[in-house]
Amino acid sequence: MTSPEVVVTGLGATTPLGGDVASTWDALLAGRSGVGPINADWPERFDLPVRIAASLAVEPTDVLARVEARRWDRCEQVAVVAAREAWSDAGAPELDPERLGVVVGTGIGGASTLLAQDDLLETAGLRKVSPLTVPMLMPNGPAAWVGLELGSKGGVHAPVSACASGAEAIAWAYRMLVAGEVDVVVAGGAEAVITALPVAGFAQARTMSTRNDEPERASRPFDTGRDGFVLGEGAGMMVLERAEFAAARGAKVYGRLAGIGTSADAHHITGPEPTGEGAARAIRKAIRTAGLSPEDVGHVNAHATSTPVGDVAEAAAIRSAIGEHPVVTAPKSALGHMLGAAGAVEAIVTVLSLHHEVIPQTLNLEDLDPKVQLDVVADEPRKAGLTAAVNDSFGFGGHNVALAFTP
Amino acid sequence: MANEDIQKGLVDILVEVAGVEANDVDLDKSFVDDLDVDSLSMVEVAVQAEDKFGVKIPDDELANLKTVGDAVNYIANNA
Repeated sequence: MTSPEVVVTGLGATTPLGGDVASTWDALLAGRSGVGPINADWPERFDLPVRIAASLAVEPTDVLARVEARRWDRCEQVAVVAAREAWSDAGAPELDPERLGVVVGTGIGGASTLLAQDDLLETAGLRKVSPLTVPMLMPNGPAAWVGLELGSKGGVHAPVSACASGAEAIAWAYRMLVAGEVDVVVAGGAEAVITALPVAGFAQARTMSTRNDEPERASRPFDTGRDGFVLGEGAGMMVLERAEFAAARGAKVYGRLAGIGTSADAHHITGPEPTGEGAARAIRKAIRTAGLSPEDVGHVNAHATSTPVGDVAEAAAIRSAIGEHPVVTAPKSALGHMLGAAGAVEAIVTVLSLHHEVIPQTLNLEDLDPKVQLDVVADEPRKAGLTAAVNDSFGFGGHNVALAFTP
Repeated sequence: MANEDIQKGLVDILVEVAGVEANDVDLDKSFVDDLDVDSLSMVEVAVQAEDKFGVKIPDDELANLKTVGDAVNYIANNA
């Protein structure tokens, strides 16, 4: 017996390239970079080695009601902005609230609120601490607010697996739908922590690019000149449905989430298993649950963060699990690394690549690392009719998630 | 301070903190039932009112302030 099919019927995003999916997609194909100098005084004040980031193209406070913005941490703001777009794009399906689920992951959640409110406690005392502090900093906050917004009663969940969180949310949604728990799930990820402490921490871990004088060239996955990731912020949301439910209501369908795979490295708290076997296990599982064979997978939307170790390990995983044939791209070259939102936004890009039959290019790929040994799209988008594509996401902690999509 | 001035100041706080429409605020309106101000926002409203009107609003008093009129009277009598 085959599993019920899961289809993608709505997309929403707010990213460093645009305030919605269409502007983000257009900017990706146009080869624009979302990376620039951090527009704040703290990088200099704390003498941080990192002065660049991929900040949102459209401030969420510009599109939210003032009180919504006031009550929500920035990661909750972007989650709701993206969820509203996705829900509307799906035609705002009418259904029993008990048949609607929400799964929204985040890597760090409301860290900005935690830090700001701690500063207030220290400097101004208890009276100035917001009664909204806890709902703003809790990592299930983005999921909870999206759930409230849509009136979901079928289950609201918040997977936390660092930079795999957004993809993990989509995998979780798949399981809910295949299990028959619900008919529709809004799933994705949200992150907004371009603030001093997270940047300081990542910089101290020596994971970030310090190419401060050339922001647009700093994120360069698979290139020999890469020196770390560029922090981004944003959110991506997908409306996923049981195919029969989508068909019954006449929904437009972008593509199918055909299979998912998750695995753990059991190797190191931050470093990937250097052979890529942990990641390869997730990819193989996604292909298997999708009922596909490795030959069917013509495209991989890579996690590739532009770190020296990670990109090579992922390339090994792709070669091991799929082969040398898939056409690969690395959207973080343009979007930066949106941590817990990255997997969701990149899943959207993967779906659009299948849907429009064109794969966006990897920026700044001037000298392909010889250890990569893959066909990475550089310079300009590549037209490609595809049978299936895989989207990789990996997170600190050794979490690996692969999503297999078909048109 | 005149009661009208207190009411006007309170409206400004409610608009800022809870997103209430200024025109919806009357003395007989209930914070919770009519203006949809939840318990979290009421704490913020109280803190801002204390600062603005130089008044103390202890938690047990705050619990008794059901309507805008209750709050205006309390502030007028205790400022």
